[in-house]
Amino acid sequence: MKNVLGRDIPAEFLTAGREVFQGQYYRDGYTYTKHAPRVNAQVKPGKDKLLPDIEAVVRATGLQDGMTISFHHHLRDGDYIVNMVMKVIHELGIKDLTVCASSLGKAHDYLVPCIEDGTVTNISTSGIRDEIGEAVSAGKLKNPAIIRSHGGRARAIEDGTVKIDVAFIGAATSDPYGNASGKGGKADTGVLSYMAGDAQYADKVVIITDTLVSSPNFPASIEGVDVDYVVQVDAIGDPHKIATGALRLTSDTRELLMAKNAAKCMYYSGFFKDGFSFQTGAGGPSLATTIFLKEFMDQANVKCGWAMGGITEPIVDLFKAGYIHNLLDDQAFDLASVASAHTDPKHFEISASQYANPFNKGAFVNQLDFVILGALEVDVDFNVNVVQGSNGLLQGAPGGHPDTAAGATVTIIVAPLIRSRIATVRTAVTSVTTPGESIDIVVTDYGVAVNPKRTDLLAAFKDTNIPLKSIETLRDLAYEYAGEPKDIEFEDQVVALVEYRDGTFIDAIKKPKWLN
Amino acid sequence: MTPERLRRTMIFLNTQRAALVKDAFVYQPDCVIFDLEDAVAQREKDAARIQLYHTLKDLDYQGIERWVRINALDSDLFQEDIRAAVAGGAEGIRLPKTETAEDVQMVADLVDQAEVAFNRPVGTTMVMAALESPLAILNAYEIATSSPRLMGIALSAGDYTRTMHAKRTVKGLELFGARSQLLLAARAAGVMAFDTVYTDTDDPQGFIDEVKMIRDLGFDGKSCISPKQIGITHDIFTPDPKEVLHAQHVIQAVQANEAKGVGVLTVDGKMVDIAWVEGAKRTLKLAKAAGSYRGDLV
Amino acid sequence: MQLKHKAIAGTLESSDAQIILAPNDGGLHIDLTSSVYEQYGTQIKQLLQQVCHRLNIENANIRVVDKGALDCTLKARLETAYFRAIDQKVDINWEALS
Repeated sequence: MKNVLGRDIPAEFLTAGREVFQGQYYRDGYTYTKHAPRVNAQVKPGKDKLLPDIEAVVRATGLQDGMTISFHHHLRDGDYIVNMVMKVIHELGIKDLTVCASSLGKAHDYLVPCIEDGTVTNISTSGIRDEIGEAVSAGKLKNPAIIRSHGGRARAIEDGTVKIDVAFIGAATSDPYGNASGKGGKADTGVLSYMAGDAQYADKVVIITDTLVSSPNFPASIEGVDVDYVVQVDAIGDPHKIATGALRLTSDTRELLMAKNAAKCMYYSGFFKDGFSFQTGAGGPSLATTIFLKEFMDQANVKCGWAMGGITEPIVDLFKAGYIHNLLDDQAFDLASVASAHTDPKHFEISASQYANPFNKGAFVNQLDFVILGALEVDVDFNVNVVQGSNGLLQGAPGGHPDTAAGATVTIIVAPLIRSRIATVRTAVTSVTTPGESIDIVVTDYGVAVNPKRTDLLAAFKDTNIPLKSIETLRDLAYEYAGEPKDIEFEDQVVALVEYRDGTFIDAIKKPKWLN
Repeated sequence: MTPERLRRTMIFLNTQRAALVKDAFVYQPDCVIFDLEDAVAQREKDAARIQLYHTLKDLDYQGIERWVRINALDSDLFQEDIRAAVAGGAEGIRLPKTETAEDVQMVADLVDQAEVAFNRPVGTTMVMAALESPLAILNAYEIATSSPRLMGIALSAGDYTRTMHAKRTVKGLELFGARSQLLLAARAAGVMAFDTVYTDTDDPQGFIDEVKMIRDLGFDGKSCISPKQIGITHDIFTPDPKEVLHAQHVIQAVQANEAKGVGVLTVDGKMVDIAWVEGAKRTLKLAKAAGSYRGDLV
Repeated sequence: MQLKHKAIAGTLESSDAQIILAPNDGGLHIDLTSSVYEQYGTQIKQLLQQVCHRLNIENANIRVVDKGALDCTLKARLETAYFRAIDQKVDINWEALS
């Protein structure tokens, strides 16, 4: 069945009330019952919930074939938890598991053999990259992976689409009773936002830490009242790989040029007022936008009420200089943001649900004035793909992309028009992650396109030196320089479903033929 | 020839590097210079030349003027460089290490031949001469008047300071004589004048100071080696709003009084006459290029 | 013109291509590796064949490692390899290259 964007979702996936995507606010006012976990009461007195090792804890949870386990990605490329737990599960011979992760990447490669031998048969994730992306693209996972945004994942956990049997939560510190935090210890992640829902909705909750601290470990991101077991291991992650990865402040003139134009769009938009709110992605050019914000804030004599999202050093610097009043943090991307989280009184940890869940009553994304995001591909209808490479391979992460884009008053995409020879702006995206109706401005190195439905922005930019072009002109320029790409051919096998934040299917991703 | 055109920035691009030449127009310089000379390794001269030809032929540089720095006249490369540049349709050729008017004339003759050979309108390819030695500076006026193809002369400080036994400093006092002499020659000959590159890309303040100085001296633009120098240079060459307003007033007042036959008048409390119009128009043109003037007086 | 010897041009930098051209006795063989093979592989091979046709290269093994080069660079690298393989340095018939 085709959805409103013309993307075909095979009927076999439209069971149990599942629908195709019908517009970004289609489920406004939707009524549902929240899922509730089955809880083992802890009545007897005691001072710890410690078990000696991962195997003991896996056995204690009663994990069985067909169950669902969850992980987070706050430890990013330095994560040891997923591989550590999966090795034990693999050796125990438990099969047919669903892994519900907040993101998966190169630190989680042990999932590949688990996928190949049927230990893991379902995956739900907000990011899918590297070896796991290749294995899933090649159709090695028994069932299609479900790609969810951060807000969509929080929603799926709360509305019962995903029922987590055991949540394995790596935490920088914990007390023996399970009050756990991202702060302190050897692998400091600052916050544990993506696990807040897992801790409350999973039947069994396990804290894995390398740093036990005395009770009470407050403020606790994960509270002991939700925790069944605590296990201490030598190391939960490689601290050097937590704060690196995607982030660097660019000195590339081309990226700076785009960043400046993005900041200019904010400045002239008509919404750049005192107390405004914004979020930037972690990619080079979107991150670089913050460099220019200070200058424009001085020029307009305004300050920012709050900045949200993955928090980074440039944002923390603006916060400390008094340009941003509050930080709402769902992920600390570098050492400076890790250090500032909780330590600075106005730097708040928020849960993934508070951040972006469309089905609660107060997600902060709904109040965003601006969001600056990246894109692998944008099409002439402004649809954005951040999940699938132009060669058909799964190699990206929606993260909060569809959530913030739907919520923000002004959504700005920043991306180079051509990467190597691959056109970013094209006739059709390989798959849709975020619908064009959520996207207002596309900033490229060859010019800036405004979604024609935003007549207010077009009027606001008219007498500025923002280099406006139509999205079709950008596409034509890209094809003129790079040549029109040949369409990738796909098999019939669906390897992943892209679930929109409200639970409808926005696209179905098939196995590329060339992977045979 | 289009002496009217703004040429505030000319950025050197190493033609050997495919990634550099494919779309440098995104940095919005006024001109690019595809370099076949110093940036290109000796054994890659042929590769750079062929890449140059296809870059000129195939890629739309969005109206940005395309120059080619050929190899010096003491090499055995410059003749083929000229043929490739003209065949590809470059707007101009920059001759390095120009010493005499005859150097320019020799290049102009080869350009003539190439224009005929490759069916390009004869006389359309411009030439710019880079002056890099004491002798060149002394010959500046002869060079500047050597050929109708000559669009401008440019200072190149590296070799010049070496042969002068001078030390290249941040303040640039050692170049003061050369800059002044080159400007005098260019203005007397009615061609444009361009300043040398600033090589320390990690010293933005030094670059800013130098561009302000050469703007005040009267240079038309600066040769650049990094895209980050382009925006800075354009900003510095952009007149401030007061200057723009005054320039508009001058032109409007002179136009209004022309009909009445009044020669001298007062604008914004200052005496002006018809001779001021040229400068006012230059100010507005610079402002228009920067987007800070949108009127139709220029 | 007959290729005199093997020649190489280009680099493995992003947006470039490295091309090795070697004479053989039996036809034209193009071996293409490309970072954009799925989208542009067919087009790139066609382009290289056109260039060979224009330059009358009939018997050669061509090994291409493409890193997302634009057409103008692919053409330039193959032509550079060709002129190196026939030892021609000057008097190139530029108009015949396009």
